[in-house]
Amino acid sequence: MTLGRVTIHAVSAIHQAAGLAREVAYWTFIAPWTRERSGIRWESVIHQGVRIGWDAIFIVAVITFFVGMISALQSASLLRQFGQLLLMANAVALSMTRELGPLLTAIIVAGRSGSAFTAEIGSMKMAEEVDALTAMGLNPVHFLMVPRVVAMVIAVPTLTLIADFMGIFGGWLLAVSVVDLGSLQYIRHTIGAIDMGDVMRGLTKSFIFGCLIAMTGCYLGIQAEGGSEGVGRSTTNSVVISIFLIVLANLAFTAFFYMVE
Amino acid sequence: MNEIAQSGEATSEHIGDVVIDVRNLDTHYGARKILDDVSFEVEKGEIFVILGGSGSGKSTLLRHLIGLHIPSSGSIRIFGKETAGIDEEEWQPLRRRMGVLFQGGALFNSLTVGGNVALPLREYTDLPESTIGIQVRLKLGQVGLAGFENLMPDQLSGGMKKRAGLARAIAMDPEVLFFDEPSAGLDPIAGAGLDELILQLRDTFGMTIVVVTHEMESVKRIADRVIMLFQGEAEAVGTLDEVKKVDHPKVQQFFERTPDKGHTDPAEYLEYLTAGGGREF
Repeated sequence: MTLGRVTIHAVSAIHQAAGLAREVAYWTFIAPWTRERSGIRWESVIHQGVRIGWDAIFIVAVITFFVGMISALQSASLLRQFGQLLLMANAVALSMTRELGPLLTAIIVAGRSGSAFTAEIGSMKMAEEVDALTAMGLNPVHFLMVPRVVAMVIAVPTLTLIADFMGIFGGWLLAVSVVDLGSLQYIRHTIGAIDMGDVMRGLTKSFIFGCLIAMTGCYLGIQAEGGSEGVGRSTTNSVVISIFLIVLANLAFTAFFYMVE
Repeated sequence: MNEIAQSGEATSEHIGDVVIDVRNLDTHYGARKILDDVSFEVEKGEIFVILGGSGSGKSTLLRHLIGLHIPSSGSIRIFGKETAGIDEEEWQPLRRRMGVLFQGGALFNSLTVGGNVALPLREYTDLPESTIGIQVRLKLGQVGLAGFENLMPDQLSGGMKKRAGLARAIAMDPEVLFFDEPSAGLDPIAGAGLDELILQLRDTFGMTIVVVTHEMESVKRIADRVIMLFQGEAEAVGTLDEVKKVDHPKVQQFFERTPDKGHTDPAEYLEYLTAGGGREF
């Protein structure tokens, strides 16, 4: 009985979220060319982009810098046993561009901005601001969601590039300062190890992560109910569900490329 | 429905004067009836009040009228156009002729007061910014908020927020204006001020105004005609005096402001409290 109810609930939520995603796609790709006064609100996109991307650069850079150091240390202790210490440059470059860069960035952005989407749209709904938009004939999807989604799918891959770089930089700094590897040698190895295909796949992943974070944030915001307490609950859910979906999508993506190769 | 409501229906012959025409409106959430066979008309240039206690369905009725909620069955004609079953695109031309003031003002917190009022003008007209600026100051002046355009909404008091929301609602010079509980949460002076504004808008611009409220003082001051809702049914439609005379216990209770009968008998109440002997808890 309970399991049945949970299933029904989940199916209807997925159905509704898919409906919302379709609407966002319509207002992003079709409406700007087919409807009057329906162009993407670039001013709003920039405003959101600054909040999602620019404001997050520092925290993304610092965290991935440290993680780069950590993965360098971890691989150093392993590779030393095989006398292949220089391969730590490859290990750091590969793990950052393929996995850690996109994943960490997405998780940071989900916590910083996905939750903010839910909180903002949720409280706007509670204050009847969403109704006010509709009553003015201004579509809330066009007005509130499209700028957020567009800004998000631009910001997350951009941050991921920064994350990739900072992680590798952290690894290099550790290698030359603690492990005593030659700086140029390390850089040469890193450049040799970076595969543009890996970087592109990482960026494609982060684009998908951005979509998931933005859609989860917007969907839970517009679905929020029960006053400020309800908005709080939805905000927590937004982070939890986003991270869950990010990891799930990551698994699917990685498995797909593993099988293709 | 009583005889007053029926006499109200007779006016449907001058269809040109009817701005909103609601017929046999039904709404239910699952098995729960929210509105049951509600019919009324709003004539051009009148202040029409939707009156009722909490849970009477008056807010749902308002949401139907402004197209935020689709009724289960029945017909709503606005400016002669049937709105049942039309999509958002068909609503657009109607929405531009309507203004809505929501309960808390529903100002967008990320925009200044002036930005809020300018929003519909920027979205729907190609007016140059200088003209929009003039319009914004004009509308804010009309609601008594001249000089407030650069403040943020959270710097305003509750009453001022409503006034700013009203300035935004009238920015496009709507023909019909809807108010959701205009005096809710306001002190008597601010509430009375809003009532005067409503009257002014009707008298100066000939706007048709629909007000949802349960505030009797305000109704006495502004209402041309009222509809009295009780548990989703329209108990009476007519002028306030006509409705007051309707012989329905709930209508009388509402106007006389008498409470529902509770557990007033002490012995009975004790029995109610001890029912089950406390075994269940």
